[in-house]
Amino acid sequence: MSTALEISALSKSFAGVQAIRDLSFTVPKGVSTALIGPNGAGKTTVFNMVSGVYGVDAGRITVNGVDVTRMPSRKRIGTGVARSFQNVRLMPHLSVLENLLVGQHVRASSLAALFTPYRLIPNHRWKREARAALEESGLGRWADETVSALPYGVRKRIDLVRATLAGASLLMLDEPAAGLNPSETNALRDHLKDLMAKGTTLLVVEHDMHFVDSICQNVVVLNFGEKIAEGPLSRVRQDPKVREAYIGSDGEA
Amino acid sequence: MSGYLTGVLVVLAFNVMAAYAVYLPLAAGQLNLGIAGFMAIGAYGSAFLTNEYMWPMWAAVPVGALAAGLTGLLIGLPVLRTHGIYFAMATFALGQVISAVFLNLEVVGGAAGYPVTDYAGPNVVFAAAAGVVLLMLYISRTRFALELTAVKSDPTVADLLGVPVRGMKVAAFALGAMVAGFGGALYAHHYNFVEAQHFNVLLSVFTVLYVLFGGTQTVWGPLVGAAFFTLVPELLRASDQWRYAVFAVFIIVFMAIRPQGLVTAALFRQFRRRAPEASS
Repeated sequence: MSTALEISALSKSFAGVQAIRDLSFTVPKGVSTALIGPNGAGKTTVFNMVSGVYGVDAGRITVNGVDVTRMPSRKRIGTGVARSFQNVRLMPHLSVLENLLVGQHVRASSLAALFTPYRLIPNHRWKREARAALEESGLGRWADETVSALPYGVRKRIDLVRATLAGASLLMLDEPAAGLNPSETNALRDHLKDLMAKGTTLLVVEHDMHFVDSICQNVVVLNFGEKIAEGPLSRVRQDPKVREAYIGSDGEA
Repeated sequence: MSGYLTGVLVVLAFNVMAAYAVYLPLAAGQLNLGIAGFMAIGAYGSAFLTNEYMWPMWAAVPVGALAAGLTGLLIGLPVLRTHGIYFAMATFALGQVISAVFLNLEVVGGAAGYPVTDYAGPNVVFAAAAGVVLLMLYISRTRFALELTAVKSDPTVADLLGVPVRGMKVAAFALGAMVAGFGGALYAHHYNFVEAQHFNVLLSVFTVLYVLFGGTQTVWGPLVGAAFFTLVPELLRASDQWRYAVFAVFIIVFMAIRPQGLVTAALFRQFRRRAPEASS
């Protein structure tokens, strides 16, 4: 089976503090994986290194078979990796549709594309494609709304649509279920399952273990920047090292 | 049209062009406080070519604009490494330096100023300003404008979506410099005289004020802002001096209440939504 993400011997320190230590794991294509661990374990740091927001001190990152370790962050979307942030980061003053159009950049980045007056062309294919993607996710009625006016759960899902339009096959989600009410969580879960059915692989940082259980087939547990366990959730949560790491926290792992 | 009215409208046309020169980089989140410097490059460049090399105006003006744009490109590459207030400071200093260079350049008259031969009438100036507005309207309908907004709104996310953040900033800065140079060149040919002192800090700062007042979210903001700041003081000219104080207080209060400026994207969407409802 080919791999969506391969991380080998990755290390990173900030001002002498070792945030990630000799970390290796793989995310096979189609096997959605959760990255869990106590606060400060280094989960978001891994996201930041894979997306290129941080450089690496040592190790190698491969996305869909392409070595991205030294690739500028801007180019990585071209390898199929996209990410969400803990608090959704859409462009608040733009409409939903305009946010999605920015997501299409990677497939419309030539000079000619940049200066095509698409807004003057009724039903331009970019707009059509973005609307269709929204409709497909049941979000069509929000297309022309300003993002800042939308409910949090809707914004989270528009973030997913934007990543889809960017052609993401590996989607890294930072606490997708945080701050959502139960019905929003269900809608998000359905949305993610739909994406997975279409071939997207997920790498998820999440504290809600029920949520993890419902969408991830594999779990990697981090503590103090090191991998302490890996496997299906049911097995990982019996691991004594994992139990120890979580003592004093909610103990839910 | 009376000479007075024509005179006011010509000033408006120059202010509109200057406002769009500031607007372009500002749309990407870059405050250019040295726009007068780029106007000076266009003005002196075009004046020099017509005076010394007998270039026709229609060739000299675009070359002046290109010279300003090229300067923006060359300077934008290193200067755009700085962010926020540091970028504003750098452009501020740059505007001063350019103005000082022309002040001391004897070949273009130095402090005595530089008379310019070819004359551009009011209609040429109006047409040029209209051309700039049309160009901006066109750009605002493209992905380029959308991505400038994305760069301004969240550079990290824009970068992760593949948008060349630095390239967009440099392009907006250089294009803005070119528009400034274009306006400056026409200024030289309309008044047939340029002096370095005209392209001072106040000119840069006022232009920024037009844009901030009009709003940076839509392409109409600079036009509305420039019109407001050109026409209202004219209307107040004949009145008591204290009305200017009221005008100043109004601006302060307005910016406090509505920092996003007069014309916003949400405002447009509101109108668009109401229109079909009214017709049904």
